[in-house]
Amino acid sequence: MKTKTAGNKGLSLVLLIAGAAACVGALALDFMGSKASFRGPLLVIGIVAVFAGLYLFPTLEHHRKIVYIIFLFPLLFTFVVTVIIPLVLGIFYSMTDWTGIQFTQFVGLSNYTAMFKDPAFLWSVLITFLFVAINMVLVNVVAFLLALLCTSGIKGDSFFRAAYFLPNLIGGIVLGYIWQFVFNQVLINVTQISWLVQTKTALMAIVIVYVWQYAGYIMLIYITGLTQVPKDVLEAASIDGANASQTLFQIKMPMIASTFTICTFLTLTSAFKQFDVNLALTGGTGSVQFLGNYLTNGTQMLALNIYNTAVSKNNYSLGQAKAVLFFIILACVSLVQVRVSNKREVEL
Amino acid sequence: MVGKERRVRSYILTGVGVLIALYVLFPFFLVIVNAFKAQSSIVANPVSLSGASFSQLLTNLTSVINNSNFQYWYAFGTSAVITVVSLVLLALLGSMAAWVISRNNKTKWASAIYMVFIASMIIPFQVVMLPLISTFRDVGKFVGISMLQSIPGIVFAYLGFGGAMTVFILTGFIKGIPYDLEEAAAIDGCSPEGTFFRIILPLLTPVITTVTILNGMWIWNDYLLPSLMLGQNGRIKTLPVAVQAFVGSFVKQWDLILTAALLAIIPMIVIFLIGQKQIMNGMVEGAVKG
Repeated sequence: MKTKTAGNKGLSLVLLIAGAAACVGALALDFMGSKASFRGPLLVIGIVAVFAGLYLFPTLEHHRKIVYIIFLFPLLFTFVVTVIIPLVLGIFYSMTDWTGIQFTQFVGLSNYTAMFKDPAFLWSVLITFLFVAINMVLVNVVAFLLALLCTSGIKGDSFFRAAYFLPNLIGGIVLGYIWQFVFNQVLINVTQISWLVQTKTALMAIVIVYVWQYAGYIMLIYITGLTQVPKDVLEAASIDGANASQTLFQIKMPMIASTFTICTFLTLTSAFKQFDVNLALTGGTGSVQFLGNYLTNGTQMLALNIYNTAVSKNNYSLGQAKAVLFFIILACVSLVQVRVSNKREVEL
Repeated sequence: MVGKERRVRSYILTGVGVLIALYVLFPFFLVIVNAFKAQSSIVANPVSLSGASFSQLLTNLTSVINNSNFQYWYAFGTSAVITVVSLVLLALLGSMAAWVISRNNKTKWASAIYMVFIASMIIPFQVVMLPLISTFRDVGKFVGISMLQSIPGIVFAYLGFGGAMTVFILTGFIKGIPYDLEEAAAIDGCSPEGTFFRIILPLLTPVITTVTILNGMWIWNDYLLPSLMLGQNGRIKTLPVAVQAFVGSFVKQWDLILTAALLAIIPMIVIFLIGQKQIMNGMVEGAVKG
């Protein structure tokens, strides 16, 4: 048992009082508009002292609770400040004329109605959905085939796994520039015009890079799923005379249904959030005729559109409204996907 | 006959595997080869080895490393410090929080916190990024600690964003650790915090490896958060931000761009070669549990 001596009690009280005083003092300085540079460190020291005092507080009864609070507080605090508060503020700001620094009035849903009248935004939504659908299918098919290849007992399969996974290690910005080089300097000798110049081919280029980057990762998950199919089931199947394709379609694939759920979920959410490669590869440019308008954001996915609206065009409230819509779309699509897959899994 | 057929099949499959590997690795090959070449020979023929020399690589390296927009060593150091500090704190604070949550999972407050953590994992960064910057700016101004354009500020943000997934994976693991172990320690006179640090934390090593790999991959490669918080041409730059700033300043200087890409890739490749198995397992486990 921890010995709770009188000294401990004294120290605890001193820390608690000094810490509280430091916090109050620092906050008072803040409210008075003081620019003294020590007020920040003073606040931090105060908070630490309060927690130290709490920790040393001589009580056996509440010691466990105090430890729980001290353990939970740091992460929860950062989480609330970086996720919860901005989320709530963001939903609120999307209904004001926020400039990124301040807002003067509440404008209701006019940001939301404005974005649906913007053909460039509608185009971004359209191609994002298209991109997500194509990628979900392509990445999963390619990854599954690669997984079958790697588990077919070929020599050097661990090398192949590592090689196929390699692109996933590199950040999208760097990958985007590398592929820009590939399309603009290397493949141009075959294609005559760079694929990145025309909107249609540039969109295909983004798909290619995305599949190249992501399929290796999804493949690893399929490999894990496939190797977990029990050996005796496969043996029983081969004794019953099932051929390779029967084993694949009627035994392996149903048995790894949960893996399909995970992989489609991962590709779905990550394809929706695609930003880095989009920015580095095409920057969202590309001319296109859409709904009778001439647009110059032919390859701009939703995430990049949000970023450009706010950061480049300095329209923060509109960008924020688009982001909230993006969140709603993502949440709905993920929920539907999980529902459908779970239902499927039960049926199989 | 069957044996021969099988061997032929195996050769064909291996051949297919090699072809795909060549395709996957081809862009890396281009980066490496062309980092050894001058702009003129890259443009003349990007695929051939002609014009490649070590002296040219050195020329490229020195001009990239000393470039005022790139400042490789500085950017590398910044990225390394941010990543390592975030990972250590995430592992430590994450397991502390996960332990508290899983040991109180019958209480309402703990399950509420847990549910909020899980639900938050679907929140895309885009929806919080703009208010995040303004909140950090306001908090920084108010308490006098710079949260933007500062390494502690960005570490703080990574703790907030990485926290949910870290807690989720760790909680799942801690739930599987028998409670008897802790009761025995308590009877022997171990305090709750002592139990956590001496008994629980060492048991978490495998799952901490997993979350560290998962978090490390995105923190190291993350572009959007540091570019917004640090500014694209701010004083402090992480590696991805530096690459973006550098490439933006040299539109078609492929010798320098590819050398910069090579420098940005190398740290990750080295780490991958060292911990290949752990990284691949970690990525899969994180996905399966997440």
